[in-house]
Amino acid sequence: MTDAVKRDRGLLKIDDQECKGCGLCVEACPPRVIALGEHLNHYGYRTAVYAGTGCTGCGICFMACPEPGAITVMRAVANRAAAAAIMSTGQEGSPSCASN
Amino acid sequence: MSSEQFSEYTVVHGRAKSFYERYDRKPELQHQTHFCPGCGHGIVHKLLARAIDELGIQDRTILVGPVGCSVFTYYYFDVGNVQAAHGRCPAVATAMKRSRPAGIVIGYQGDGDLSAIGSAEILHAANRGENITIIFVNNAIYSMTGGQAAPTTLLGQTSTTTPEGRSATTEGYPLHVSELLATLQGPVYIERVGLGDNKQIAQANRAIHRAVENQVKGLGFSLIEVLSPCPTIWKMSAVDSQHWVRDVMEKTYPLGVFCDRTKEAQPRRLPPEPPSLEAIPAILDIVNDDSAEASSAANKATKPIDLHVRVAGFGGQGVLLLGEVLAEAGLEAGLEVSWLPSYGPEMRSGTSNCHVRLSDETIDSPLVTAPNILVAMNEPSLRKFDKSVRPGGWIIYNGETFPTDCVRNDVHVLALPFTQIAHELGSARAGNMVMLGALLEVANGLPQSSIDAALRRLVRNTKWFELDELALSRGRELFRESFQEV
Repeated sequence: MTDAVKRDRGLLKIDDQECKGCGLCVEACPPRVIALGEHLNHYGYRTAVYAGTGCTGCGICFMACPEPGAITVMRAVANRAAAAAIMSTGQEGSPSCASN
Repeated sequence: MSSEQFSEYTVVHGRAKSFYERYDRKPELQHQTHFCPGCGHGIVHKLLARAIDELGIQDRTILVGPVGCSVFTYYYFDVGNVQAAHGRCPAVATAMKRSRPAGIVIGYQGDGDLSAIGSAEILHAANRGENITIIFVNNAIYSMTGGQAAPTTLLGQTSTTTPEGRSATTEGYPLHVSELLATLQGPVYIERVGLGDNKQIAQANRAIHRAVENQVKGLGFSLIEVLSPCPTIWKMSAVDSQHWVRDVMEKTYPLGVFCDRTKEAQPRRLPPEPPSLEAIPAILDIVNDDSAEASSAANKATKPIDLHVRVAGFGGQGVLLLGEVLAEAGLEAGLEVSWLPSYGPEMRSGTSNCHVRLSDETIDSPLVTAPNILVAMNEPSLRKFDKSVRPGGWIIYNGETFPTDCVRNDVHVLALPFTQIAHELGSARAGNMVMLGALLEVANGLPQSSIDAALRRLVRNTKWFELDELALSRGRELFRESFQEV
């Protein structure tokens, strides 16, 4: 990664096998960076797709989504050292704050 | 995306630890819930799992699932799970909380479960101020069964049972459970929240957290009513149904806190410790006879016992007492027993019969439909039950001659005029005990001491006790005499 590209504050991962394409996250997302995809998944749902940029890591889509693990929201860590510390202690999975 | 890039992000919102990684349901679908797309239950599940994670109580949480769409809480939540009968969640939760005060007992109920069939349970649990948490998911309709009207259905709302829309004249008014319960003195915290938009969901998150936290602090009864979308039954898209919660449902069911006594509430005192298992016989005034246990162990070693006895006669012949003495004797000998009387409403002079089971093993059913011993005290009783006796079984019949048309060559028969014999001993009323004596010879496994103890407990009058003892030994003799001749 180069410094020339400004990193997003947040990052979004959508599990297209768990998503049922209800569209609530699309409606909920404040920066409007989620849409329903054109392709059907294995179960015949048009699943949610992240636009790839623009996520703020607010977590609102996560709260609006009815599936336990269809959406995972990540937030940028201030520096690499801190990120490495969190990764090594294995705390990355614990939800640390409320939705907004 | 490279792993280097990922290392700069940390997960802030992901699957709660209180959810299983995979759900133990249909093999194909173990990675997703059974809920329809856009179902409010999924969101409520998520908020609840989050509260459990945040409060660090996963290991001591017991979730009581309802009947309805959300019946499968045990598929998803990695906590203790119990599934209660329809509407009975608050009663089940009460029992669990009282017997395990350190457990965090959370009831999860729908509007059909809580406000219709379970309206009595929730009312009294709230009134007692039980230290439990109830999550009440209200979608104003019976969804799982296909969209019938519920007590919470809105006026004018169509359903399969109100096709013209709910009318106050015929179906009454929507039931406001939160307002109703808030009039009671028991509850500590009652709030209605919605899932109508982001703000409402955030508030629901806070409310559910608080309701569980109240229980952790031991404050008492908390209930959160969640207005929840049902896109499938409302026949709307997920997004439209979310809006309908906010724009329509909320008009009938205003959001807000209806009762909040958390500030002044003191932690509830724990219920008194239940007596230990060892102390219970003394409390109930039951003599704990270890020797009986020992003798039963000895019996088990020698001969397995599995008696299916049907005793039948007319009222007054001592049908029920015969069965009762047999069952008590079995109990005395440490066997598993059951005694099930069956008689007509006329009480006297009608026919009566009883089912008795004695076994070394746990008894599955107290009903004896195919006896291996039938005691028939008169002819009608014989004719009623003789066909049901198992091949190889016994019929003990009170009558000198066994009716020829009842003869079967695959059962043993002992037919004697027992009433007459008892009369000769002192009273015709002891006929049942003469028959019991014969029966005990057939069964041949109960120690005489058990029978004496049972008889002494049931027949208090000394005169009758002595006569019955005499009758029993006469019965035993008669059996031996009859079958030595053969």
